Amino acid sequence: MRIKDGTDGGIINRVNRFVDSEHLVPAVFLVLSFFAWQFSGFSGAFVFNQVLTRFIRDGVLVLSLIIPVVAGMGLNFAITVGAMAIQTALLLVINFQVEGATGILSVIFLGVLLSVALGFAIGCVLNRVKGKEMITTIIIGFLFNSIYQLIFLVGFGTFIPVFNQEIILSRGIGVRNTVDLGMYRNTIDKLWLLKIGAWEFPIFMILVVLFFAAGIYYLLNTRFGHEVKAIGSNNEKAEVSGINVNMIRIKVIILSTVLAAFGQLFYLQNIGMFDVYTAHLNADVISCAALLAGGASIKSAKIRHGILGIFLFHTLFIVSPQAGQNLFNNAALGEYFRSFVAYGTIAFALIINIKNENK
Amino acid sequence: MKNYLKNYKIQTPQIIISFFLIALICLAFILDMDLVVLLNESLIKLVMNGILVLSLIPMINAGAGMNFGLPVGIIGGLIGLCLAVNFRITGLFGFVMSLLFSLVICLFLGWIYGLILNKVKGREEIAGTFIGFSFIPLMNYFWTLVPFQNREMLYPIGGQGLRPKISLENYFSNVLDDMWLLQVGSLEIPVGLFAFYGLVCIFIYLFFQTKVGRATIAVGENEAFSKLSGLDISRIRLIAIIISTVIAGFGICVYSQSYGFIQLYDEPLSMAFPAISAVLIGGSTGKKAYIFEAVLGTYLLQTMYLLTIPIANEILIPELTEILRTFITYGIILYALLIKDRRGNKQ
Repeated sequence: MRIKDGTDGGIINRVNRFVDSEHLVPAVFLVLSFFAWQFSGFSGAFVFNQVLTRFIRDGVLVLSLIIPVVAGMGLNFAITVGAMAIQTALLLVINFQVEGATGILSVIFLGVLLSVALGFAIGCVLNRVKGKEMITTIIIGFLFNSIYQLIFLVGFGTFIPVFNQEIILSRGIGVRNTVDLGMYRNTIDKLWLLKIGAWEFPIFMILVVLFFAAGIYYLLNTRFGHEVKAIGSNNEKAEVSGINVNMIRIKVIILSTVLAAFGQLFYLQNIGMFDVYTAHLNADVISCAALLAGGASIKSAKIRHGILGIFLFHTLFIVSPQAGQNLFNNAALGEYFRSFVAYGTIAFALIINIKNENK
Repeated sequence: MKNYLKNYKIQTPQIIISFFLIALICLAFILDMDLVVLLNESLIKLVMNGILVLSLIPMINAGAGMNFGLPVGIIGGLIGLCLAVNFRITGLFGFVMSLLFSLVICLFLGWIYGLILNKVKGREEIAGTFIGFSFIPLMNYFWTLVPFQNREMLYPIGGQGLRPKISLENYFSNVLDDMWLLQVGSLEIPVGLFAFYGLVCIFIYLFFQTKVGRATIAVGENEAFSKLSGLDISRIRLIAIIISTVIAGFGICVYSQSYGFIQLYDEPLSMAFPAISAVLIGGSTGKKAYIFEAVLGTYLLQTMYLLTIPIANEILIPELTEILRTFITYGIILYALLIKDRRGNKQ
């Protein structure tokens, strides 16, 4: 479709540059969310506060996807494994009834330890399926989900001793579906809360997410980052120039998994209720769709794509059920629209990218 | 086929599953369960899920990989079923009509699906997964807005939108299961059901004997060589994908008549993975698949699931069945992905 840019006319060039999916996809999302917002009848302040909450809730999860994309490994659907790692740590700490700051620190310590180990394992697996990383990460995510269920639904109370009876089902085996995180709820969200009229800015958490973003930006500009970019653009060339491709790829996945673990921690503390078996399930699809909505592709992703994407995607996500209710008198239609947008964005990006690659 | 059976090698996953199965049978024996009833049920389960598994074969052999986009064909079949129920066609004739409706719809869906997959050659699996995933919420609109008239399929309140679970009791539930039942002692063999299963197997077998079928296998084995010898690869892949989609539509028709309900909305979301794992358990590598593998794999898996349900209930953790099921499903798919690529690298 693209006309080769030449000397003839700047307009075509400008149109071409705009038609690029990097701009087209965010533009479509912008238009869609604007109209959905209009039909939903929500006030601007409400939507803004909600989106900002989603930004601090899902921000780090989305950012955790960027490095694997830069390394040419595509969307890492196995970030759910990182999420499960931190949830495992959380459940263990709650089980041993460690409270307060020690509790949170031990959750982070255990969670990071677990995610490094799991990330290493996933990295090794992915090194054996080069070119098919994405489908493999999906399957890995599902597989770990069943192992996770096995541990907490069957293992707890049979192999693992239970110290905290509150989290166990009445039959004595298995963890309850929801565990209250009362003691951790919104502890850091409300820090430095700035209110201007109806608009709320949780400054501290925004800074935390931006800190993670800056960290990834910095990392991509170090020597390690340049090596990651090199293997992302050409595997063989990078190998010839003396980069240990397999090792870098493993490090990339470890980083992504650890970041996802932090992301899930922020997510859980923001929500305050911990759905043991479902909290992590859609983390991968929602985050991937948000990243792609910001204009990333499966070949290139930048921090700004992630940040822009969260705002665009979640605006649509928040307003569409109400818009569906107002337009068709049926909230379910808005709900379907939401899942269609999430899956459809990924499907669209995959088809367009792979098609261009095959040419 | 004969040649193939001689060369058939039993691989690690099959050994593990077989041992597991034997252990389960022993356990069932110890727990004093009625093994004949279980055997009867296992035969029905084989066909109930078997046709969905068979539907994977043409696509795998055409080199289009494991069909993670199975929901596309399943939805085609579901529309066919809903049409038959909407027109209140009952009995065997109703079932045949639902097959015909789904044939027409799946031809169309498969054609579009095939055109898309031809654009993403080599990465069909990931693309197919998300085509299937995104097709489901799109079809949820259809189920909600379609102007069907039969009150038995609509939500009782409001009268708009299909129910998530439509009973086939007054239409054609179990028509194939109960057709030509053969009693051998206390064992019941559903001959009609097996006849239908056999027909689909023979159809696939005959397809691979035709010129197009042979070309399909050639494309799957060596695309570059087939291109040089003048085969129209896109067209051959398209035919294989359409056939896969049509058989998947038939598969869900048979599944629903055995189950007794049409399940709509998000139900097809996770149906692709168990079917794929079945053909892999049967010994396929995901690059080539035989009818024998699909049948064997389905039987092993379904019998195992059947046995785990009462045993899990016996030890008071009913969730264990479902967890084990997903664990085996995804474990075997991951194993196949790893193995396949190791072989690919050696070449």
